Amino acid sequence: MKDSLCIADKTFTSRLFTGTGKFSDGETMAAAIKASESELTTVALKRIEIDQDDQHILSYFKGMNISFLPNTSGVKTAKEAVFAAKMAREALQTNWIKLEIHPDQKHLMPDPIETLKAAEVLVKEGFVVLPYIHADPVLCKRLEDVGAQAVMPLGSPIGTNLGLKTADFLSLIIRQSNVPVIIDAGIGSPSDAAKAFEMGADAVLVNTAIAASQNPIGMAKAFKQACQSGRQAFLSGLPTKKTSAQASSPLTSFLDDN
Amino acid sequence: MTTDFSAIHKTYDWSLLAESIYNKTSKDVQRALENRHVDLEDFKALISPAAQPFLESMAQKSQKITQSRFGKTIQMYVPLYLSNECQNICTYCGFSLNIDIPRKTLTPDEIHTEAKHLRDLGYHHVLVVTGEANKSVGMPYFLEALEILKQYFSQISFEVQPLETKEYIELKKRGVYSILVYQETYRQDEYKKHHPKGKKSNFLYRLKTPDRIGNAEIDRVGLGVLIGLEDWRVDSFFTALHLSYLEKTYWRSKYSISFPRLRPCANGIDLKSVMSDKELLQLICAYRIFNAQVELSLSTRESEVFRNNAFALGITSISAESSTNPGGYVVNKDSLKQFDVHDTRSTKEYISVIKSKGYDPVFKDWDAVLYDQ
Repeated sequence: MKDSLCIADKTFTSRLFTGTGKFSDGETMAAAIKASESELTTVALKRIEIDQDDQHILSYFKGMNISFLPNTSGVKTAKEAVFAAKMAREALQTNWIKLEIHPDQKHLMPDPIETLKAAEVLVKEGFVVLPYIHADPVLCKRLEDVGAQAVMPLGSPIGTNLGLKTADFLSLIIRQSNVPVIIDAGIGSPSDAAKAFEMGADAVLVNTAIAASQNPIGMAKAFKQACQSGRQAFLSGLPTKKTSAQASSPLTSFLDDN
Repeated sequence: MTTDFSAIHKTYDWSLLAESIYNKTSKDVQRALENRHVDLEDFKALISPAAQPFLESMAQKSQKITQSRFGKTIQMYVPLYLSNECQNICTYCGFSLNIDIPRKTLTPDEIHTEAKHLRDLGYHHVLVVTGEANKSVGMPYFLEALEILKQYFSQISFEVQPLETKEYIELKKRGVYSILVYQETYRQDEYKKHHPKGKKSNFLYRLKTPDRIGNAEIDRVGLGVLIGLEDWRVDSFFTALHLSYLEKTYWRSKYSISFPRLRPCANGIDLKSVMSDKELLQLICAYRIFNAQVELSLSTRESEVFRNNAFALGITSISAESSTNPGGYVVNKDSLKQFDVHDTRSTKEYISVIKSKGYDPVFKDWDAVLYDQ
């Protein structure tokens, strides 16, 4: 059986989502994303030159099997995010939007209250909303309730490569979510990505760790393989770790008398 | 997103499920006992015949999980039967329409009398039970009864006929904390044989009831099957599946599960699937290992010995001194019973057993004041 991931109207074979930021040049970016076999890549709306016919950053992907996921990076409020999403829909001809609102300029931590407000509005306007959020299980359910098509909780602060610092909360989110869980931000190495899949994540989004690597193409391949391994391990059922043996003091001996 | 549980239910085949449960091995059970996150496949292993030699390990694990989540406490509740009028024929039930015995529905004065008696015994949590007689025992009756019951009890649960979402919303507004509707069996092709007549014969309407309760944001939703009607293992798997679906969908609600084993009643019945005490304990422990937070409830259908020991192995709420007929406590002791209870000890007697085992019997753990009215 084919292990594909469905989100809204799209089906993905690859569970590795990528980003287009921080690469040294456009050619390396396209080559790395091609090597990753990723089928969805984020593009910051703020980087697109809307007035130009040949939109600079997108032109590198000609002929590739890839969808673009515009993000609202740079906005600080729900109102700005809704406006940015509408701009992105015009510019990229897609109703998909990665909703990210970070008023905090130091760590770029997402604002949960503004994100929920914006998600509700955007879903009503017909967008496929993928919100970037802290690994907050209740927020994930609230976003699901207003119609978010997936949730994108963070592993650690964006760009830090610290790995899955929020693992325990991610695990709760994964187990109770009715929509795909895409682990975003903080995934610093292929082993982090593999770990995310072993935990049951539906997809991961990796940008910095590939883009800022010494060899982005090599690292993209490594991530591709790690994602596949982790997913395969999850589907196969990981062996359990042995816990200590039983104590004495039988609790069930009362049953022997009848 | 799925709109209700029936869409999930129809993707499962009863006999294939039975086969997959009965094919579980001791290795599967060991893995289930060691897994940090126990899934539905693990649950199948834990309720399978292969798990029976692991009952002691299961009991220890279940006790540990329960104590860490709920402490060494046990919630006390008592059933209050308001009516035995019923328009359904259920082959196993003492209230079945075809049983020709005078019916009784408590008047407001009688509700006061019964409620006061139970309150004097120390109960603050009451489980209101009725048959299904929509004309005489419908929403107007429930609302009238609630106004009385609120004067005596701080937590009111309802085990009555399935209702519409808007009716559940109304009940919540008027102070109902919890709604229990047992599916009886998830086996659709046999359901009609057990429920040949009345509104209850509509399998899908009943199956979708917890969705309506969830949509009404009732604080706690009670699930269960009638053990003995069909293979309890397969029915319990469906209950666990239903629980998982509901927890994910109506995530603001709590859930409880009960384990009614068929008991002798005026209707008499041949049991398809007899469950031993060992198997009942196995099922209790399996639910607890599967789900740390679900509330598990034990009634006086069970024996003294079982209740003395099993309450500390996964159960979170328990009743005592129950009557299963309307007026059974004071006003009409001899009216038609739903079933015969097994443990007839007084509340006082039973709580001394609980205390002797180092547990605190909790009579009040809620207040209607907390409702946003």
